[in-house]
Amino acid sequence: MNEPNSAADTLQTAAHGGGHGEGFDFAHLLDHMKDGRYVEVPGGHVDLPQFPPVTIGGITLDLSPTKHVVFLLLAAILLTVWAVRAARAYRKHPVQRGMGNVLELMVLFIRDEVAIPNMGPSGLRYVPYLLTTFFFILIMNLLGLVPFGATATGNIAVTAGLAVIAFIMIQLSAIRAQGLGHYLAHLTGGVHWALWPIMVPIEILGLFTKPFALCIRLFANMTGGHIVIVSLIGLILLFRSLWVGGLSVGFTVTIMLLEIMVAFIQAYVFTMLTSLFMGLGMQAGHGEAHDGEHAH
Amino acid sequence: MFDINPGLIVWTIVVFVVLAALLGKFAWRPMLKALQDREDSIRAALEQADRARAEAADMIRQNQQNMAKAEEEYQKMMREARAMADQVKEEIVAKAQQQAKHDLEKAHEEIQRDVVAARQQLRAEVADLAIRAAEKILDESLDAAKQKKIVDGVINQFPKN
Repeated sequence: MNEPNSAADTLQTAAHGGGHGEGFDFAHLLDHMKDGRYVEVPGGHVDLPQFPPVTIGGITLDLSPTKHVVFLLLAAILLTVWAVRAARAYRKHPVQRGMGNVLELMVLFIRDEVAIPNMGPSGLRYVPYLLTTFFFILIMNLLGLVPFGATATGNIAVTAGLAVIAFIMIQLSAIRAQGLGHYLAHLTGGVHWALWPIMVPIEILGLFTKPFALCIRLFANMTGGHIVIVSLIGLILLFRSLWVGGLSVGFTVTIMLLEIMVAFIQAYVFTMLTSLFMGLGMQAGHGEAHDGEHAH
Repeated sequence: MFDINPGLIVWTIVVFVVLAALLGKFAWRPMLKALQDREDSIRAALEQADRARAEAADMIRQNQQNMAKAEEEYQKMMREARAMADQVKEEIVAKAQQQAKHDLEKAHEEIQRDVVAARQQLRAEVADLAIRAAEKILDESLDAAKQKKIVDGVINQFPKN
């Protein structure tokens, strides 16, 4: 966590080499994107309590809260308040107004445009999971755009956690729809048994690539925009020129607007692909069970 | 930035699972159910509206048919009534004419009878007068020529009829 990354390195070198200014600590700017043991607040930062690492079954885990844990929880709390309030409002009246209506719009979108087209009517069972995924990611993405905020989804550990859950859901839905026998049979790829030693590892590897792609895609997209913004802000400190400053601010605002869009798009993409993968697994069994043909 | 904090993965999974369980129970399921109910009620209302519209159209068509039928019946009744009225009129006129004819004939007969009666009465009166004239003649003892003249005179007092 302490080693500066290559982008920071390059910019830092540029800052020193350029001869302008006194050379600022560019790595410090990038620290805003990194996880940390403190939470930034107006006028400073608050250190988070630390616990000694726990060891479970030979694996040592440091479960101390970090900045991204705080934003993880913050997103969870905001979402809970928002969603539970909206759900309560239906008891009074079947038509929502205000934020409840915003939520409803997206809930209906996930149900009608994501879950049902990808998984069919039997996918309705998984709509709550997809909704949680979508809104949790969306709020974490958006919290990164708020002053003093941090993008938890810009941390590969967080996206990895989400991908682990997506992986489990994809397998569970496939097993549920096909039955364990067909699910395992699918892992053989339908080839002659002599080829199983080759086929099975490939198929198992194939199961992991999809969530892995989900993990990397979300992390990269949420990090990319921030790096661009940090770089643009860095230009101001680098050149110390009014023109560059004005230009940088203009570009930053544009990128910020783009980031709002990206926050929604990436939450949608993660959810859409998860449901697509679930749908593929759920449908794979039906055709194969009858004609024994394996479509890939 | 690319170092992975395993603790954070655990945090993410735990937070997500708790969040999913919580929201599933208190937000998504009630919400999805409310939305489903709302959609069902809208669908039902639309279907009902369609049915009502069809019913109304049916009613209008039926009404129009009834109106047409009533109009036709009215026309028919009018035609019949007019025909009947014409017939009755002709009958009445014919009857009246017959009656008039009958009355006229009766009047003629009566006049005829009256004339006959008048004549008879006249004759009686003439006879009476003749007798009275005769009496007068006798009273005054007149001669035959004078008597005849008197009688002629008396007779001539009446119109020849």
